[in-house]
Amino acid sequence: MTLAKTPLNDWHHAAGGRLVDFGGWEMPVQYSSIIDEHNATRTAAGLFDVSHMARFRFDGPGAGEFLDKLLTRKASVVPMGKIRYSLVCNEEGGILDDVLIYNLGEADQQYFWLVVNAGNREKIAAWIEKHLPAEGVVFTDHTLETAMIAVQGPKAIEAVQPLCDVAIGELKYYSGALGTLCGESALISRTGYTGEDGVEVTVPAAAATAIWDKILENAKPLGGLPCGLGARDTLRLEAAMPLYGHELSESIDPLTAGLAFGVSYDHDFFGKDRIEAARDMAPSVVRVGLTCGDRRVPREHCTIHIGDKQVGEVTSGTFSPTFNKPIAMGYVDPSVATVGTAVEIDIRGKRITAEIAPLPFYTRPRT
Amino acid sequence: MDPSQLLYAKTHEWAFVEEQDGGKVATVGISAFAIEALTDLVYLELPKVGAQTTAGQPFGEIESVKAVSDVYAPVTGEVIAVNEELPNKLESLNDDPYVGGWIARIKITDDSGLANLLDQPAYEKQCQEEG
Repeated sequence: MTLAKTPLNDWHHAAGGRLVDFGGWEMPVQYSSIIDEHNATRTAAGLFDVSHMARFRFDGPGAGEFLDKLLTRKASVVPMGKIRYSLVCNEEGGILDDVLIYNLGEADQQYFWLVVNAGNREKIAAWIEKHLPAEGVVFTDHTLETAMIAVQGPKAIEAVQPLCDVAIGELKYYSGALGTLCGESALISRTGYTGEDGVEVTVPAAAATAIWDKILENAKPLGGLPCGLGARDTLRLEAAMPLYGHELSESIDPLTAGLAFGVSYDHDFFGKDRIEAARDMAPSVVRVGLTCGDRRVPREHCTIHIGDKQVGEVTSGTFSPTFNKPIAMGYVDPSVATVGTAVEIDIRGKRITAEIAPLPFYTRPRT
Repeated sequence: MDPSQLLYAKTHEWAFVEEQDGGKVATVGISAFAIEALTDLVYLELPKVGAQTTAGQPFGEIESVKAVSDVYAPVTGEVIAVNEELPNKLESLNDDPYVGGWIARIKITDDSGLANLLDQPAYEKQCQEEG
């Protein structure tokens, strides 16, 4: 299969990025060192090419009502300019994807924008097409004609603001605005996936490299670096953000995944009956954090034990650059989910000691 | 250790083979090319003294932030010494892969596998091809 390439693909190659297949896209894991890129994001600014994320647009008088049915949160009541985290579930309440829904446009011409995980683009597009009403909603996929760049870290806004006509600092977290960036039309949103303050910009594909270069030029003197998916994973795991295919899947419902905040019951949506039923029952497993007493890193599918009994499984694990030790997330039996519970993790046949830890591991300092 | 005097496995381990007490002993480690490719090392598991190794089979593990990799024995024999300090000084692998970064000494019991190892020019050619 030929891998899809983002508009920044040539840049990644020229910069010496180590490229791999991620969700069908050729994406950089790292340019220099994951730890250096991680630390640059925590202390200054990290630039991430996130153009592989799918971007869907919904126009028309029926768009809000249709999205209400599609999403676990009521899209039609999202105020103009606001963004909400939500889930797309199947009829059984299993998670098809976690998404961001944006309400954009002008008062008389509003439209919705949905950002979907790269690996789920075709699946979600097919799900949308299957349920799309005959009229009233126009669904278009804007993934290939746009690029998306995440600039994350305490100096992210400082790096982007001089290039942009939107007052980024005045935008609240999880808000977005249409404006221009380096003279190109752009969607500016206060979102991200690193636990840091920052901004994500969506720009025309043809302008992506020039805009990336300009932002990087501003970010470098501040200590910023281009970052790959490796640092994106260590950052999101420290911030305890779930990742589709790891913490989230079609066999997990939103409540089990610890995402009750992403579900509202004031509207009818796919899977609602099952999720409501789950709400009234004790969960079978709980998503927890784990810290380890060893430098060996628990990875996905490592089993979690107390004595002879398996009590859970790791869904994501990495070495945390911020805390200088391995951290992990996993699902465990509710009886052992209390913070401080001592467990063991089986890493390739050897047991290491670990402890249930509070999530998130990392919260950015608030000023 | 002079890198030009070493033999290299296709899996990126190096071996310095010398005559000792009428037999052959190999000091082994991981090449600078492989260390550079791994980056961000966080964990190394040494073999145990007395363990038997088989050329081409795993005899240790090295882990970076991103992934875990096996370390393959470049020669067949018995581990007679290991660099005990190395797991606590992983930076030695980056700074000094051919001296301070040695992993183990292996007394060779069957030298038929040595012919499969590459000399430095051949190994460098392989690395260039891998990019």
